[in-house]
Amino acid sequence: MLQDKYKGEIDDILARYPVKRSALLPLLYMAQREQGYVTEAAMQEIAGILRLTPPQVYETATFYTMLNLKPVGKFHLQVCKSLMCALVGSDTLIGWISAKLGIKPGETTPDKLFTLSIVECLAACGTGPMMQVNDDYYERLTEEKLDRILADLRQTGTCSLKTGPFMWPEPQKA
Amino acid sequence: MPAYEPILLKNMLQPGYAGSLTEYERAGGYQAIRKVLGKVSPADVTAVVMKSGLRGRGGAGFPTGVKWGFLPKDYQGPRYLCCNADESEPGTFKDRQLIERDPHQLLEGMLLACYAIGAASSYIYIRGEFVLGAKILEQAINEARAAGYVGKNIFGSNTSIDIWVHRGAGAYICGEETALLESLEGKRGLPRVKPPFPATHGLYNKPTVVNNVETLANLPHILNRGAEWFASIGSPPKSTGTRVFCVSGHVARPGNYEVPMGITFRELIYEQAGGMRSDKQLKAFIPGGASAPFLTPDHLDVKLDFESVALAGSMLGSGGVTVMEEGTDMVWAALRLMEFFYHESCGKCSPCREGSSWLVQIMRRIVNKRGRMSDLETLTDLCKNIAGRTVCAFGDAEVSPILSTLKHWRHEYVAMIHAAEAANLIRPEPVGTKH
Repeated sequence: MLQDKYKGEIDDILARYPVKRSALLPLLYMAQREQGYVTEAAMQEIAGILRLTPPQVYETATFYTMLNLKPVGKFHLQVCKSLMCALVGSDTLIGWISAKLGIKPGETTPDKLFTLSIVECLAACGTGPMMQVNDDYYERLTEEKLDRILADLRQTGTCSLKTGPFMWPEPQKA
Repeated sequence: MPAYEPILLKNMLQPGYAGSLTEYERAGGYQAIRKVLGKVSPADVTAVVMKSGLRGRGGAGFPTGVKWGFLPKDYQGPRYLCCNADESEPGTFKDRQLIERDPHQLLEGMLLACYAIGAASSYIYIRGEFVLGAKILEQAINEARAAGYVGKNIFGSNTSIDIWVHRGAGAYICGEETALLESLEGKRGLPRVKPPFPATHGLYNKPTVVNNVETLANLPHILNRGAEWFASIGSPPKSTGTRVFCVSGHVARPGNYEVPMGITFRELIYEQAGGMRSDKQLKAFIPGGASAPFLTPDHLDVKLDFESVALAGSMLGSGGVTVMEEGTDMVWAALRLMEFFYHESCGKCSPCREGSSWLVQIMRRIVNKRGRMSDLETLTDLCKNIAGRTVCAFGDAEVSPILSTLKHWRHEYVAMIHAAEAANLIRPEPVGTKH
């Protein structure tokens, strides 16, 4: 139960808004952080906290693509395929990932480690091709970089190639 | 290459600048709010912004001071400021840089705007994918709160302003200001029917102003250096100041370039962004994000200001300039953007919801060599029945890639259809599309 575990954080979120329903997205994110996706039980509980009906929670949750209503792998690879990235090779990147992991877009590897999703513009158009893995951006990807990212994620759960705070072109070194 | 004085990117262009409160203060930060709070009346702040000619940097280019002026003067209840950090127009990546590299510049701009419109609470609606940006903003707000810039009774001026970060969750439409408000209220991000406008019935039905990140980031500089100074930059009287243009696609040095409005596309693409990435010539460019109609090499000498780009048949929009080289298939390019709009249509208005699906199906059919000549007429007809017939500007935006490529590169569509006719493959009627 979110309420037992995160009482303080929930109160803190609720205090920001004059109307409780505004806390819906933050609480759905909390539920997703807890279990990797938003479960029906969590939506029920959130409805109770915010004094909404479960359908009100569900209607909002189903609108937003970043809320996973189904389990995803430990690392959710989201590759941008919008025009700006496509011009600089996002389709090739998707092909590499598919081949290396043996999964098609929308699928998860049998070991539940990687899910591959194709998404629309992530606002990194000057540094494509790019992908987001969970919370992190990886930009200006090449096959070598991709190999290292996948290997690092497997071994350590993170990779130093992640980018940001973002600035491109980078400031000149002094 | 002419060098221009950077305004918004000035701090972050200093080597080693990391955007902390101390660094921002050392660079002259938070002077504007100190100068203004309790000393200059909110109406005078609005007057300065109006005089500066600052126009919204999110896409529509509406004069910021005028927008603030729409708030009811005699209303006693709460008012709100929302910072639109939903940056989701394909081709645009400036707000991300302004947020992650110099968050206090944005916060000071928000404080000034809150003071001018009399808002005690403000929200930064940041797109959900910017997890790092949201963290950086939270940290910056905590720093500013500890230093007394944010919170109750700021510097004993009797003014209280609070700022909170609110993360979106992956919907393009939430960059539309009324959809943003709906989303902030915990609902599906469906744009509202206007009027009433947010100025009178905004967040929680209270008077609200929604301003873009770049717009707000300009405010400290305008208040520090004066409306005349700002109005002298760029292409006065209608397009004043600089803009951070985001150059992407087939250029040698893609990235964010801050230049005064009114320079030409040729200068931006060939001097700032280093020209084309290879020997291939420029074939097409999009001047202001995915919603802006495509332009051709004939338009390279068009000036980058609101009026000139509109006159050339497109729009300056969000400042996202995407360049395509010779050899790029324009039908394919239009399809890619159309797939984006199809995916992001919120589903509220039938012409957009159904029309975007039909447009994608017909475009796919043409690209897959199954098209027929009558498709071109159907496309045009559909586009004309979507544009202007929806609650928000999305309907006008989604038809621009197809209509503009049909206008400038119709022969490519025709060649594809001729190839289809020659191959004589089975031509299915459009029946359904998967996301």
